[in-house]
Amino acid sequence: MLNVTSPHAHDGLSTADVMKLVLVATVPGFVALTWNFGWGTAINIVLAVATALACESAAVALRKRPVMFYLKDYSAAVTAVLLGLALPPLAPWWITVVGTAFGIIVAKHLYGGLGFNPFNPAMVGYVVLLISFPVQMTAWPAPYLIMPEGITPPGLWESLQIVFPLLAGGDAIDAYTAATPLDVFKHNTGLLAEQLYGAEPVFAAGELAGVSWEWVNLGFLAGGCFLLYRGVFTWHAPVSMLVALALMAAIFYDGGSSTSKGSPLLHLLSGATMLGAFFIVTDPVTSASSNRGRVIYGALIGVLTFIIRSWGSYPDAVAFAVLLMNFAAPLIDNYTLPRTYGREKSRRATEKQE
Amino acid sequence: MRQTWEMPGGVHPPENKTQSLQYCIGTLPLPERLVIPLDQHTGAPAKLIVSVNDRVLKGQMLAKPSEAVSASVHAPTSGVITAIDDQPVPHPSGMTSRCITLKPDGKDTWSERQKIDNYRDASPAELLEIIRNAGIVGMGGAGFPTAVKLQPRNPIDTLIINATECEPYITADDILIQERPEEIVEGIQILTHILGNPEQVLIGIEDNKPKAFEALEPLLAGTNIELVDFHTRYPSGGEKQLIFILTGKEVPSDGLPADIGIVCQNIGTAHAVFRAVAQGIPLISRITTVVGEALATSRNYELLIGTPISYALQHNGFNESDCARLVMGGPMMGFTLQDPDVPVIKTTNCILAPSHAEAPRQPPAQACIRCGMCAEACPASLLPQQLFWYAQSQNYERLEAHSLFDCIECGACSYVCPSNIPLVQYYRAAKGEIRKLQAEHLKSDRARERFEYQKRRKEKAEAEKAAKREARRKAAEQAKARAASGAETAAPKQAGAADDLIKAAMARAAQRQSKPEEQIERQQRALASAEERVARAQQKLADAEASGTDQQIDQARAGLADTRHRLSEANRKLSELQAAEQSQSITEKINASPKALLEKKIAAITQRMATAEDKIAGTEDPAVKQALRDGLAKQQRKLEEVRQQLAESTDAAPVDKDGAEDAAAQAIARAREKAAAMADMSEEQKLRETVNSLKGRLQKAEQRLADAEQNGSEHIDALRSGAEKLRDKLAEAAAKLEEHS
Repeated sequence: MLNVTSPHAHDGLSTADVMKLVLVATVPGFVALTWNFGWGTAINIVLAVATALACESAAVALRKRPVMFYLKDYSAAVTAVLLGLALPPLAPWWITVVGTAFGIIVAKHLYGGLGFNPFNPAMVGYVVLLISFPVQMTAWPAPYLIMPEGITPPGLWESLQIVFPLLAGGDAIDAYTAATPLDVFKHNTGLLAEQLYGAEPVFAAGELAGVSWEWVNLGFLAGGCFLLYRGVFTWHAPVSMLVALALMAAIFYDGGSSTSKGSPLLHLLSGATMLGAFFIVTDPVTSASSNRGRVIYGALIGVLTFIIRSWGSYPDAVAFAVLLMNFAAPLIDNYTLPRTYGREKSRRATEKQE
Repeated sequence: MRQTWEMPGGVHPPENKTQSLQYCIGTLPLPERLVIPLDQHTGAPAKLIVSVNDRVLKGQMLAKPSEAVSASVHAPTSGVITAIDDQPVPHPSGMTSRCITLKPDGKDTWSERQKIDNYRDASPAELLEIIRNAGIVGMGGAGFPTAVKLQPRNPIDTLIINATECEPYITADDILIQERPEEIVEGIQILTHILGNPEQVLIGIEDNKPKAFEALEPLLAGTNIELVDFHTRYPSGGEKQLIFILTGKEVPSDGLPADIGIVCQNIGTAHAVFRAVAQGIPLISRITTVVGEALATSRNYELLIGTPISYALQHNGFNESDCARLVMGGPMMGFTLQDPDVPVIKTTNCILAPSHAEAPRQPPAQACIRCGMCAEACPASLLPQQLFWYAQSQNYERLEAHSLFDCIECGACSYVCPSNIPLVQYYRAAKGEIRKLQAEHLKSDRARERFEYQKRRKEKAEAEKAAKREARRKAAEQAKARAASGAETAAPKQAGAADDLIKAAMARAAQRQSKPEEQIERQQRALASAEERVARAQQKLADAEASGTDQQIDQARAGLADTRHRLSEANRKLSELQAAEQSQSITEKINASPKALLEKKIAAITQRMATAEDKIAGTEDPAVKQALRDGLAKQQRKLEEVRQQLAESTDAAPVDKDGAEDAAAQAIARAREKAAAMADMSEEQKLRETVNSLKGRLQKAEQRLADAEQNGSEHIDALRSGAEKLRDKLAEAAAKLEEHS
């Protein structure tokens, strides 16, 4: 007779299921990106996934573990997809490869693999690229909707040629890039918010917070709501991040003056806000453990994001904010234990005996 | 509708409760043998009161509670006890334990049953005694003796009856309520009576048992018992969880429900109490759900305690090859049985025989991604992912800070873990490790305290000694100073004073040294106590060998050796003292001049005469008076004689003193040698030695007597009486020797 300990029943969901749900939830955001910016994101993702699986296999094999067992948990694929979504479409191939490889090998496996990495691998890869190759990383293609007259957006073959210049046989194809809404606000000098909205096509053509970007963010929001509904994570971290970000934006909106840092809506629906809130901040491995801790963790990411966006030298800041808070997560954990049954108040993780 | 509170966490596994509710409660024919463990409950195992080959009747007590927290065990049917030995019992470890094997005679003859017609006439103490004697324990699973739980240390305002049955598959309580609601209600009323009628009596039941709810509710009209249902979520039936759901109160982390005025009892326990009190039936059977896809039929049975589980399985078409594992209890907290022949015990609420499809093997555990689903499921609001992290790294301090011991091991975290980590197993292991460490810690603490105390004691003694030395040194200095200052004026006087000082010191020393008789007496007492100690140590060793651990046995052995050593020491000292005393008396005798001896004799005779005169004065009887007077006259004559001798001896030459001293020294040496030899001898050898020496002395004395008779010596009488005395002594010693061997 089999001799095992209780419980003898198990719920259906597995870690691979969780990862697959996350992948499914990225679909609306991915569709929005592709719809608005072309094939670049799809190429990024394919490249990143291939790189990630190769690096994961190599790392696992080097660590003398069963390769398929680890590949089947889909965690490498999730990291790759998230990084692929975050990178500028049509970025050169080596950008994607270097970022993904760094994320998987250094940020994940050097720390012990899945579950032991203190930093979100996708964000580590992203930040390494952003610091090392700022030109490539800040070149976002113009959304189709505001392409100047007479310019046709690149098709799949052109896109591939842009990503792999070798395919173009020496005739380098240039992509048409444009400033993102956050770029525009960052470099605003002297215009009122209202004037800016009228003058810049990226705002003029948009409904809520900048053309295309609003749809990308709404796509990720939809995916996030799906995951929330499926119970993959709790609302605490993403909601508190969004609320903190919106609050900061409201405080510094300054009535839309020339020194305004942008409306709450702009901050919520621009850049990597929703991708970050629902797919990065919710990464359980690197975030705080308790719900209370996650509220603090999310809120501080929101605040840091706003601060770096507004006063730092980068237009977007989700990746920096997340990495900074990854550092702080264990500290937050120490002071945010839940109050357990039968105890008057919560304890501290650092409590000593006697 | 009564307010209920929402338990944090919890899971809702497939209920699987319908399979076993198709039929009513069934019974099985008597099995060929019943195996009744003595330890079916929390607390000390019961104490056996029957022996092999005893014929017992149904309901007869086989073992009684051995301690306060213990429960008795009864014969589930009439028959013969065929064995009392260690057999496998239902336990997670698969261990064996002492069991009574009963071979039923098939007659099912009851022993005498004592019922109480109206429990209200009985005092709570009487009812508690009945419950204790009926061997009732918590029927929910933990098996805590009910009588103990019904004597809470605090006043109780709420009695909670647990009819939650939140584990999947189990329907034992459900069907019991459906079929015997009246008995249950009366049982609950008995419990209320015992607890002094608490203000509220609540029955907590999950809303997945509508039939049970309907069966019970109408019976509660006119009572103060309230039936409260709440939505189904595991583990709402945990005692702490149920208390929170029904009252919103939490049992303190290191406390008992009684601390907040609550007692919680399983509904099956209420039924058992009813049977014991109103029908005089002790706990000899229980409702057990026999369920699982590896069985042809699933059903609830009223099974006799001791029924082999395999027997119940066979009666339900058990397909062993299709059975994934055999579980006692539910799928969430039950444990697997390695041996299907183990008996049903008082806490066997379910026997689960799932098929391979029903309970597939857990896939290998993956890495914890700290997703926190476990924390969402935890009914105690712990952070299972953190506990797992620290359990893996054996960081016990962090584990305690994360309240590991508040974990009730419900298994909800493992149930939801997407990485298939056996979390509960990690917690159990960590708890065991921490308990072990705590025990060791306590031990080392005690050792340290002992050591420190000893150190302090030694230091104190040392300090006292130093103080004394210092005082003596000062006194000597003062004396010196005085001597120096007085030297010029009164040198001779000074010398005299120093002499006096020495004499005084010697006198003090002599006084301090106790008399030899006292020393011997003290040594004899020491010897007696050493003998006693040896006996005690032997007893201890015997005990340890019977039931103790190897370590205890070793300790006892060492203790015995130590006491034996002390005994031989005491023996040796005593012999030495006796030898010393003997040698002293010999020296005295030899050293004393004949004159002194004679004087001593005179003193003794005078003494004897004085007592005789006293007696003559004291008695009225003329015959006695006459006899005494004769005696007195005899003494008088003797006295004259001795005086005469004394007068003669004063003129005689002095005794050769050197020769006498030599003889004394030799005698002392001989006595010492003998004493040393005696010390090593056993009692018997000693006696034999004594007899031999007496024989030798007697021979010599008789020889001397014969010589004296030939020479017509005047000492014939004395010699004769001396020989007489020796003969008596020899007879006495011989008798003792006989007795000894």
